[in-house]
Amino acid sequence: MARQRRTAIVFVAAAMLLAAGGGDSSAAGKLGGTVSVLGTWGGSELDSFNAMVKPFEDRTGAHVEFQGTRDLTAVLQTRIQGGNPPDVAALPNPGALPLLARSHALKPLGRVLDMTQLARQYPSTWLDIGRVGGEPYAIVVKAALKGLVWYDPQTLAAEHVTLPPTWAGMLALTDRLAGRGTSAWCLGLGSGATSGWPATDWIDMLLLRAAGPAAHDAWVRHKIGWDAAPVRQAWEQFGRIAANPKDVYGGPPAVLATDFGDAPFPMFTKPPRCLFHLQATFIEAIIQKQFSWIRPGIDLAFVPMPRIAPQYAGVAQIAGDVFGMFHDTPQARALMRYLVSAEAQAIWVKRGGALSPNKGVPLDAYPDVLSRRAAELLVRAPAARFGAGDMMPPEMTAAFYKGTLDYVAHPDQLRAILARLEAVARDAYK
Amino acid sequence: MGTLLLAAIALAGAPAASVVYIVAAELALGRLAVRPRRALRPWVWLAPALAFVAVFLVYPTLDTVVLSVRDATGAAWIGLANYAFALGSRDALIALRNTVIWLVLFTGLVVGGGLGIAALAERVRYDAAVRGIVFLPMALSFTAAGVIWKFVYEFRPAGAPQIGLLNAVLGAAVPGFEPRAWLVGPPWNTLLLIAAGVWTWVGFATVVFAAALKAVPAEIAEAARVDGAGEWRVFRQITLPLLGPTTGAVATAMVITALKVFDVVYVMTSGNFDTDVLATRMYHALFVDQHLGRAAALAVILLAATVPVMAVNLRRLRREAAAR
Repeated sequence: MARQRRTAIVFVAAAMLLAAGGGDSSAAGKLGGTVSVLGTWGGSELDSFNAMVKPFEDRTGAHVEFQGTRDLTAVLQTRIQGGNPPDVAALPNPGALPLLARSHALKPLGRVLDMTQLARQYPSTWLDIGRVGGEPYAIVVKAALKGLVWYDPQTLAAEHVTLPPTWAGMLALTDRLAGRGTSAWCLGLGSGATSGWPATDWIDMLLLRAAGPAAHDAWVRHKIGWDAAPVRQAWEQFGRIAANPKDVYGGPPAVLATDFGDAPFPMFTKPPRCLFHLQATFIEAIIQKQFSWIRPGIDLAFVPMPRIAPQYAGVAQIAGDVFGMFHDTPQARALMRYLVSAEAQAIWVKRGGALSPNKGVPLDAYPDVLSRRAAELLVRAPAARFGAGDMMPPEMTAAFYKGTLDYVAHPDQLRAILARLEAVARDAYK
Repeated sequence: MGTLLLAAIALAGAPAASVVYIVAAELALGRLAVRPRRALRPWVWLAPALAFVAVFLVYPTLDTVVLSVRDATGAAWIGLANYAFALGSRDALIALRNTVIWLVLFTGLVVGGGLGIAALAERVRYDAAVRGIVFLPMALSFTAAGVIWKFVYEFRPAGAPQIGLLNAVLGAAVPGFEPRAWLVGPPWNTLLLIAAGVWTWVGFATVVFAAALKAVPAEIAEAARVDGAGEWRVFRQITLPLLGPTTGAVATAMVITALKVFDVVYVMTSGNFDTDVLATRMYHALFVDQHLGRAAALAVILLAATVPVMAVNLRRLRREAAAR
């Protein structure tokens, strides 16, 4: 009897909790509830994400619950297999989309978003990135322009160095600097479980400049092998700098042991220990957080990687976080509709560190001359490609990352490393 | 809300169900004659536990073995290809080699270190403080320990201020020392990962050995000393044999810890630079490559590796029980 009564009390308590949960939101006539989001952000980037969704939360009464991880592929997979996927996830690698869409983990967005309206706001390249078999599954909300050579104009003036317009000139300059004992490049490949990705951007950028988007596409889809000439040459071009103790600050051990976020800092020590750093637009915010005295445009500037083959000089390498829906709830739908809007994206853009693929975000929303210039380049690029590492199947990407680390440590083993990658490819592209 | 309701039901329901089961079973047993009742009763009481073990331990193990001969999605039989992957490539051999290094060095250093610290601490008045300090890292997760030790091994190129403790100390102590990137090159990196692991676990061994040492009768050692045995001889020929069962238990626990080591490696190097172990490879196969078969094959290999350890242990336990 006593046990029965206790059980009854538990049920009543649970029912009351349920009622309370439903009550407070319906009273205000708002959507209410929560929407869980999985992404890679932490620190200032997370603050910006929270600022971006704040108006959404105020308007709908729905609470956005964010979980951040650097190891997104693994965490997402665990949660999907555990039957507990996040409502929405922001993936940095569109290469994972096909598998997720085909296993029905990812929900199609054709009926969630107004695609005709989106087509007016987004360049078609950007919408295509989120499509699988023609159907929209994910949308880029935050973008970055990659393959930029960052430098301190003051240092270059002091060192009497002018920026060469070609990569060959850049290499000659690198040698000249090495001759007088200065390493030209700052480089760091560390990034936890995804260590090596900055090297994949280097290699892809060198390939884009030398062999163009068609070769990039063929490589990413494994229509050409890892031992194909354009691919191997891009690796060798990368290794010529990264594995050369005189060309990178600290030599290969420092390249392997330095986190990508710390890598550009030696450019700004007194005296500077290196002059150039190849990285995406987001590095500006990281540098400014470390050195508050830096004035964008005066102490910090960038140029797109100098040309190799003239016809591919303007090709842009891009990155972005694609938002997809893994759990179809009214809150998730509402959040997706909000995130693709220019209104939402302008918030992050104004805070710095992000570019928007949405044409509705005006250029004057960008906080400084550098981000405005990057946004301009992004819009004007004759062709743009996502970094190769982000577009390959996750298994291939992971092997690519690891391969670059092996290469910097053992530059003489390129042939064996590419053969191992080819073996992984046979498996990953099934 | 649904989860809360479910939790409430589970919380109230599970004990209620077991009480109902026992009452009903006892009622049923009461109707039987004395002899079958005696024979059945232990099984009735064991059945729930056996069911749990079967569902949560035996079935997953068998399922893993079955998966290990199937393809990435578990759909088709592909023979021993997953085992060829798990044992046959360069990466596989490196992971196997590292796991063996962990097994030997980690176990040896934790058991040896724990025993040594416990035996020495016993001889001083502030032994509780010593044990407390050595035990402290046990309060940390392996992950936190990994993060801390990553800072200790941090590297900056020569000429820049060293923020890593190891490079800073060596730089100050050894003239002309060039800072090294400890974690990016074998064989140092695996050894230094093991050092971080030992730091975390040696306190556990120390505490267990200290307790066992307290149980060693002082008279035996005293008698040996009267007979002219030196301290080292007393330790080797009296204390150590008496600690045999404890050493066995600690060593077993550490062997299993070493076999399944994951967190330290994942946090500090992610298995890069030839520091992979079996568990990090299994994680990679499961969550990055999403290959159920390969992950299962690696799990089966890990399981197979623990079987001899458990067998030795069981035999020892049985022998001790018989001796008593």
